[in-house]
Amino acid sequence: MKYVLMFTARPDLLASVDPARAEEVYGRVYQWFGENAAHLADSGAELHPVTTATTVKSGDAGPVVVDGPFNEAKEVIGGFSILEVADMDAAIAIAKTWPQLELPGVAVEIRPMVEDYSQFE
Amino acid sequence: VSAADPDGLLARTLREESGLLVARLSRRFGDFDLAEEAVQTAVVEALTTWRRTGPPDRPGAWLQVAAERNALDAVRRSSRQQALAARAPAPAEPSDGTDERLPLLFACCHPALAPEARLALTLRAVVGLTTPQIARAFLVNETALAQRIVRAKRKIVTAGISLSVPPPEQLTERLGDVLAVVYVMFNEGFVSSTGATQDRDLAADAVWLAGVVATSLPTEAEAWGLAALLTLQHARAGARFDAEGGLVLLRDQDRTAWDPTALAAGEDLLERAAALRSPGRYQLQAAIAACHASAPSWAETDWLQIVTLYELLRAYDASPVVRLNRAVALSQLGPRQAEVALAEVDDLAGELASYHLFHATRGQLLAGLGRADEADAAHRRALELTTNDAERRLLLTRLHRHPLQDGS
Repeated sequence: MKYVLMFTARPDLLASVDPARAEEVYGRVYQWFGENAAHLADSGAELHPVTTATTVKSGDAGPVVVDGPFNEAKEVIGGFSILEVADMDAAIAIAKTWPQLELPGVAVEIRPMVEDYSQFE
Repeated sequence: VSAADPDGLLARTLREESGLLVARLSRRFGDFDLAEEAVQTAVVEALTTWRRTGPPDRPGAWLQVAAERNALDAVRRSSRQQALAARAPAPAEPSDGTDERLPLLFACCHPALAPEARLALTLRAVVGLTTPQIARAFLVNETALAQRIVRAKRKIVTAGISLSVPPPEQLTERLGDVLAVVYVMFNEGFVSSTGATQDRDLAADAVWLAGVVATSLPTEAEAWGLAALLTLQHARAGARFDAEGGLVLLRDQDRTAWDPTALAAGEDLLERAAALRSPGRYQLQAAIAACHASAPSWAETDWLQIVTLYELLRAYDASPVVRLNRAVALSQLGPRQAEVALAEVDDLAGELASYHLFHATRGQLLAGLGRADEADAAHRRALELTTNDAERRLLLTRLHRHPLQDGS
C-alpha cells in the first residue's frame, strides 16, 4: 500500500531549540532517506518555510489569492514523502524513526493514498 | 446449560463463536468490514430466532452458516469486495496454533484507532455484542455509536491496518493497548452492571477475553496478570450489590458470598504471571486483589503488604488514583498513619478535584478521624460528581449515617 507521510513542525517550539542540536538532527534526515530508500515510492519534497506560502482560496467572486498557509494552525507542513509498504504497521514503524521527532512539536501524519478508484464507483 | 437461561447460553455461544467467525471470514474474503458486518447480522438473527424457537442443537454451526450466507450475499451485492481483495494486505494465515481471534483483537485495539472506537469495535467484532447492546452498556446514543464503529472499520480497511499479531519487537507495546481495552471493558461492566438490566455481562466478557489473550500469549506476564486481576475482582461480584441494588464496599462485603472457585482460579493465574518473573501494573494489582481475597475480614487484612504492593505499582503507574488507593491502605495501619494518609490525599486535590472517588475517599478518612462536618462536605461533593445510581445511593447512606454511632 502507498502512504503519504506529511512532516509537520511547530515553528514557535522549534525556535527554542539550540541551533547546533537542530543542525545535528537535520543532518540525520539525509541518512534517514538513504536507509529507507527501498520503501520510498517517491522521496517527495522538502518545502521552504511557511512564511513563503501563498494560498488561493474560493471566494464569492471567484478565487482569491492570499499570503500565508491554508489554515491558522500552529503546525506547518515542512515536506512530504510517499511510502510503499505492506501495511499501516510498516508505515508507522518507519515514521517513528523520523529523526526530527526528537524535537518538540514535530509530528508525522500518515495518510493512505487512494490507489483504486473503483471503490468510488 | 439451563433452559431457564436462554440469554446466558446465547451470550456464551456468541462470545465463543463470533470472533472466530469474523477472523475466518476476513481471511476468506480479504475484507474485514464485510466479514464483521456479516457476523454482526448473523448475531442479530440468532438473538431474534433463538429467543423465539430456542437455540439450535449446534449453535456454532448455525451461526457460521448464517454469517457465510450474509457474507456471500454482500459479495454478490457489491463489486467493491473484489477490488478490495486485490489491494488489501494479505491476511496473515493462522500458524503455530495461535488463537485465530488474536490478530483480529490486535487490529481492533490498534493505536491508529480512536480509544473509544477500539472498545466498541472489540465488543462487536471479537466478543459478539450487537450495537444496541453496546449503546445500552455505555449509555450512549446508538446512531452515534454505529457511526463510530463504521468509521473505525473503514479505517482498518482503507488505511491498511493488518489483522495480524505484531512482531516480537512491537508486541509488548501493542499488547499494552489490547490489555487496556480489556481492562476498560471490565471496569465499565463492573461499575454499571446490576445484573437485571443487562442482557450481556461486560465484566464476565472481559474476564473471558483476558483468558483468551493470556492462553494465546503464554509468555506474556502482563496478559496473565490481567486475567488474574479480572478473575479475582469478578469473584467478588456477588457481594458488591445489596438486595436494593446499592453498592457494597469491600470493607462491608459478605465474604461468604465471594466465589471460592473463581478466587482459586484467580490465584492460579497470578502464579502463572509471577512465574515469568516480569512484574507489571496488572500483576501488581492482581497481587493486591489476592491479598484482599485471602483476608478473613477487612480488619484482618495484611495492609502492610498492600501498602508495599502499591509502592511497587507506582513504578509502573504513577497516576494519582494509585496514590489515592495507597493512602487508603496506609490509613488502615493506625491513627498516626491515617493522619499521614489524609495529608497525602489532600495533596492530590489539584489533580483529582473532579473525581468523585477522591472526595468519597477523603470523606471516609475524615470520618475515621472524627471530623464529621468536613466528612459530610466531602461526601456531598462526591455525590455531586457521581453519575452512577448505585454509587449515589452509597454516598447518600454515608451522609445520613452518624459516623460516631456505628464506628465507621
